[in-house]
Amino acid sequence: MVSLQLTGLSASYRGKKVLSGISTPAALRGGQLVALLGPNGAGKTTLFRRIFGLLSGPGQIMIEDATAARPIAYMPQDNGAQPVLSVYESILLARMQGRRLRVLPEDHAEVERVLSLLGVAHLRSRNVGDLSGGQRQMVNAAQALAQQPQILLMDEPTSALDLSRQIDLLSLLRRLTRDEGLLIVVALHDLGHALRFADAAMVIDQGHLAACGPTAEVITPALLHQVFDVEARVEPCSKGAPQLIVEGRATPQLATA
Amino acid sequence: MTGRDFYRALVIRKQLILAALAAALFLSLCTDLALGPARYSLGEVVDALLRPGSVDERIRVILWEIRMPVALMAMTVGASLSIAGMQMQTILNNPLASPFTLGISAGAGFGAALALAFGVAIFPFAIEYVIPLNAFVMAMLTSLAIYGLSLRRGVSSETIVLLGIALVFIFNALMSLIQFFASQQAVAAVVFWTMGSLTKATWPKLWISLTVLALSLPLLARRGWALTAIRLGDAKAESMGVKLRSLRLEVLVIVSLLAAISVSFVGTIGFVGLVGPHIARMLLGEDQRFLLPGAALSGALILSVGSVLSKIIIPGTVIPIGIITSIVGIPFFLYLILSRRGTSW
Repeated sequence: MVSLQLTGLSASYRGKKVLSGISTPAALRGGQLVALLGPNGAGKTTLFRRIFGLLSGPGQIMIEDATAARPIAYMPQDNGAQPVLSVYESILLARMQGRRLRVLPEDHAEVERVLSLLGVAHLRSRNVGDLSGGQRQMVNAAQALAQQPQILLMDEPTSALDLSRQIDLLSLLRRLTRDEGLLIVVALHDLGHALRFADAAMVIDQGHLAACGPTAEVITPALLHQVFDVEARVEPCSKGAPQLIVEGRATPQLATA
Repeated sequence: MTGRDFYRALVIRKQLILAALAAALFLSLCTDLALGPARYSLGEVVDALLRPGSVDERIRVILWEIRMPVALMAMTVGASLSIAGMQMQTILNNPLASPFTLGISAGAGFGAALALAFGVAIFPFAIEYVIPLNAFVMAMLTSLAIYGLSLRRGVSSETIVLLGIALVFIFNALMSLIQFFASQQAVAAVVFWTMGSLTKATWPKLWISLTVLALSLPLLARRGWALTAIRLGDAKAESMGVKLRSLRLEVLVIVSLLAAISVSFVGTIGFVGLVGPHIARMLLGEDQRFLLPGAALSGALILSVGSVLSKIIIPGTVIPIGIITSIVGIPFFLYLILSRRGTSW
């Protein structure tokens, strides 16, 4: 199975160091759903861009046992869409990058597969520009999956989805790690989702790695206090699953006049 | 309906549009060949094209030796400028980009004027090609300047077009200066050159233009998926693995070559590089596998029809084709500026 090991990964943006010395204690392996957590501006997007090769800098990215020519796919945060292609064409376009010009039956089959996996097959002839934010996010996910990666980096893929779609997508991602041996790293703001769906969590704070390991061991009151500045507890729910209970901000910041 | 059926219907529609454009182009070519001081019927032209041995020697010479290089040059230059404009619009993400609006044609004009007025050769060899060589070098320098400026931080695509227009003004001022100091005869030559005329076409020039076009097409087609992805925005294209910087440079070099070769042989022919690609986009959408041949065909068709018009507006006089394309192109240019809504185009 594919594995991803980061060693001393750093990156600078306009002369300012935004990532310093990110190292995974052990290689992240295929079959895992890893949550990438951290406050706004912590460096999550930068870390994704650095791993995907859009940024350069010191440090090493080791990918082992990759069988695909392009093992990594990256789904960036949604920045709106240019209304120039239909959903079907835009997913096919993502798949065909770096491949031949001719579209083969297997390419169509793959596009159809991800369309129905994500439950957006009915949107296939719609213009991407006409979709709602949530629909577009599902199409973005389909574009990443259609590249058939072994490692998938997803930057806040649930930010525009309603609650049921969030659960659908995260369940699907978890299933893909189990069934197809993918390694999926997903940036999330909802720590409850991370606790429920992710096998492991990486927490980034001000460009540094604050914690990395099995989710339940990483998301602790001490870490939540230190990184997110909140008072919170993790308690088992009535069914025994760990659940996050947030009591409030550790140090009040906004004026409450 | 499955996705495959949906896609197939889309592809067939685009293929039909391309076929219609090609048919219209062939018709326009025959009309262009038929018109001139001696007029021939379309039947005679088609005969002379398909069976050159079977027609009268006089008709064969007029059609093949005199009119054919001009007619084919119109198509080649039209296709080249249209492709150049289309890809400039794509890589600069700006609907108003074209060889004309970015100052590349004006740069070429300045280079040509240097040669025409003072005999200044930027490259002191191939003396019979001094004018096109000068024009070519200046056109390439202009587009590299545009590219260099586009890499600077904080330079938006709007700024690039404004810079292009500034370059047009600069080159026009320099041209005026040259004309002020040049002899009357040279001034006439410069003015005629900048009008853009297909009568400068010869078989050797045609072969050079055609070769550059034929070499560019597969190179650009190879980048079809990546160039289509650019239209989804830089962030999206990057996330699909498109190497934006190297792709932009590669494409700019190719299309600058196309534009520079065309302008240096026939002079300033404006607006084909702007109107041609927009017609192709409207008809075929953004998928470069269809847009690229579509832009080539629509550009070729525009100049071929322009060539026909230049002969029939005033019988017995061939109006320089640059004037025709400007008269038709300026209203379209205004329409593009005024109708622009939001960021999609």
